[in-house]
Amino acid sequence: MNQLTNFTKGFFRENPILVLLLGNCPTLAVTSSAINGLGMGLATTFVLFMSNVFISAVRNFVPDKVRIPAFVVIIASFVTIVDLLMQAYTPALSKQLGIFIPLIVVNCIILGRAEAFAMKNSIYSSFIDGLGMGLGFTMALVIIGSIREMLGTGSLFGYKFIAENADGILIFILAPGAFITLGFLIALLKRLQKTSK
Amino acid sequence: MAKKESSFKNMTIALCVITCTAGLALAAVYNVTVEPIALSQKAKINDAIRTVVPDFDTISDTILIPEDGPDSIIVHRLKKGGEPAGSAIETYTYKGFSGNFTLMVGFLPDGSINNIEVLEHKETPGLGTKMTTPNFKNQFKGIKVSETKGGVLKVKKDGGTIDAITAATISSRAFCDAVNRADAINRKGGIQ
Repeated sequence: MNQLTNFTKGFFRENPILVLLLGNCPTLAVTSSAINGLGMGLATTFVLFMSNVFISAVRNFVPDKVRIPAFVVIIASFVTIVDLLMQAYTPALSKQLGIFIPLIVVNCIILGRAEAFAMKNSIYSSFIDGLGMGLGFTMALVIIGSIREMLGTGSLFGYKFIAENADGILIFILAPGAFITLGFLIALLKRLQKTSK
Repeated sequence: MAKKESSFKNMTIALCVITCTAGLALAAVYNVTVEPIALSQKAKINDAIRTVVPDFDTISDTILIPEDGPDSIIVHRLKKGGEPAGSAIETYTYKGFSGNFTLMVGFLPDGSINNIEVLEHKETPGLGTKMTTPNFKNQFKGIKVSETKGGVLKVKKDGGTIDAITAATISSRAFCDAVNRADAINRKGGIQ
């Protein structure tokens, strides 16, 4: 497969959030600000390409019947590594994302890519796939996070552009705001796809 | 290389190798990060003590009240030039909007609140998180909890004196709960 299409498919054609609609739990929960979306996205990207590479490397060594336990051990190890590293070197962000870092384990994008891609493709392709999917996921999270933060608190990446005591539109900070934003983004992407056809 | 068939031997070997490798990798990462994690937590606590009681030179002792049990609270007793300079108390509440949160409350030697710092919380961004801003926290400054109406802090809605955060009354109540807990402990053992 052409490695460039392999890389870029994660952004639009097969974007995990906006097209495949995988891993929506962390998406809806942590995107209350752009920086949270970025942190969560990058942590997931790291886990995604590392687990893709390792799963691809052991794919011929692991018998089919035990592939899921093997995947889960590999994924869980990388998630724990990310969790420990973030606690050590970015304690503030780690506090902010809280339980959602350990929960990357159950993010179905990661197991989904392991099963659908890394199991059948070479290490290099799997690396590119993991990176593209991860960055596509990050992009979607940052977009949703930015929209919610701008509308909800009137700031972007923590920089407030409305008056200090003024409030934004509260609902965008709360859970319904995540659903509304995601819904409109998906609609917009569908519309763009339709016109480009 | 051909795919390994799912025989008992192959499955056992594959899983053993993968879990052992994962275990070793995790042990290595843990060893590398255990020190920075401890340091960053300690730095955070020290920063918080500095913020809530700025005028001291030594932490004379750090005690637990009550001495054991899951609900014990860490009390840092502070001194300046040998004289008591107040205390910083790591208090908590279970009544937060999204579970428990912890505060560092600084008391002056006369028992009045000097300043409060939020240590850990999971409150709603944009609503409950406003409890970390000076606008909310400053109303606690200088209060002697024992001299307030009823001897405990309450939000205005409950007949108290504290202005709750708009749309975050639960967080504000929880905040008062944590501060009341700190004050009770302070009267038991924070004052020297």
